[in-house]
Amino acid sequence: MPSENHYPNRLGIRGWLFGGNFGFERYLYALHRLTGLGILAYFLLHIVVTSSRALGPEAWRSAMGMVEGPLFKVGEYLVFAAFAFHGLNGIRLILLELGIAVGRPIEPVYPYRTSVHVQRPLAVVVMLLAAAVAVLGGFNLFG
Amino acid sequence: MSEVIFHVRRYQPGKDARPYYQEFRVPLTPGLTVLDGLWHIKETQDPSLAWRFSCRMGICGSCGMLINGRARLACNTQITELGTSRVCIAPLPNFDIIRDLVPDLQPMFRTHKEMKPFIIRGDGLTESSEGEFIQTSEELEHYLQFSYCIKCGCCMAACPTVASDREYAGPMPLAQAHRYNRDSRDMGFAERKQVLGGGRGPWRCHFAGECSRVCPKGVDPARAIQLMKRELFLDVLHLRGKSCAAPCAGKPTDAKRREGIPEAPKPTVG
Repeated sequence: MPSENHYPNRLGIRGWLFGGNFGFERYLYALHRLTGLGILAYFLLHIVVTSSRALGPEAWRSAMGMVEGPLFKVGEYLVFAAFAFHGLNGIRLILLELGIAVGRPIEPVYPYRTSVHVQRPLAVVVMLLAAAVAVLGGFNLFG
Repeated sequence: MSEVIFHVRRYQPGKDARPYYQEFRVPLTPGLTVLDGLWHIKETQDPSLAWRFSCRMGICGSCGMLINGRARLACNTQITELGTSRVCIAPLPNFDIIRDLVPDLQPMFRTHKEMKPFIIRGDGLTESSEGEFIQTSEELEHYLQFSYCIKCGCCMAACPTVASDREYAGPMPLAQAHRYNRDSRDMGFAERKQVLGGGRGPWRCHFAGECSRVCPKGVDPARAIQLMKRELFLDVLHLRGKSCAAPCAGKPTDAKRREGIPEAPKPTVG
């Protein structure tokens, strides 16, 4: 709500995706967060389902029956693909946070060459690896 | 293309319930910048249009605004560079709107101040020094790039973490904290670390890279933030080298004035 003198203009979560003119890393940022949330949701569901074993064999069989079927198989594959992306992109982020692949500070001369350009090959390689792992996982699961 | 259509986001506190877009037509002239277009609107169509500007040459950092979805300086943006006859202009996001295209940058400056953006020394030389501090060109390169920041706020407007996390300090203040941490004359890392270690610090950055993409001066805040994380990490492991602050060269005492050079005039003030 606007105050007497100001109108709030913070984008909120919309800012992850609808901030404007994007670069490649911005999409990786948004996807990293979304896949992180997805994996967390799967993890919670996994705890709930497997904890049914404590209620006896019948409860276990019933719980396993609920998560069978093609829909859950596709869901399982999406979790695997999300995990492949999130894990490999996480390694990229850790390397960047250790100052690797961001380059040394330089005199800014137009056209500027920033750390985003320096780390771009790493980002591309990591995404190709993630895609390869996701494809191989797909063959393994559906093949 | 003989004219350009400006879609300008308008808002007047106390009058408008929410911002809205207004259309203006501006004749295209050679070298027309977005700032020139806004002036044309103000002078010929609507004198109530408000925005902030000062130098008109990309130095003061006053005219940052969202132009066709990207945070830029209005004075530095040629219309022809945009490649379209429609220009959509809005105030920088992630800052409250004061009026029309004027964002409230005060929160950013407050956070910047929290980062202690000045030389901190334990030996009191900052106040009493009569000579220059010794610094090599290699030591200068560690922070020079980050010292070009003009505090325009474009990086804050583009950062997705700033958009969704009120606690996060943001690219500009963090880059400036790193600028001083890496200055060989400074000994303030331990003090700044108190602010940088928590939720306001660099660990909320996940390298979207937008700050560095939009920076009109090539400051590269994303690089500064990653290098700062490295410093903090090495500090936890006690692997960060503890160097002494650059010493003061002092005034030469045995220097003699060369013949023929007159004495400096006496001070007229103070």
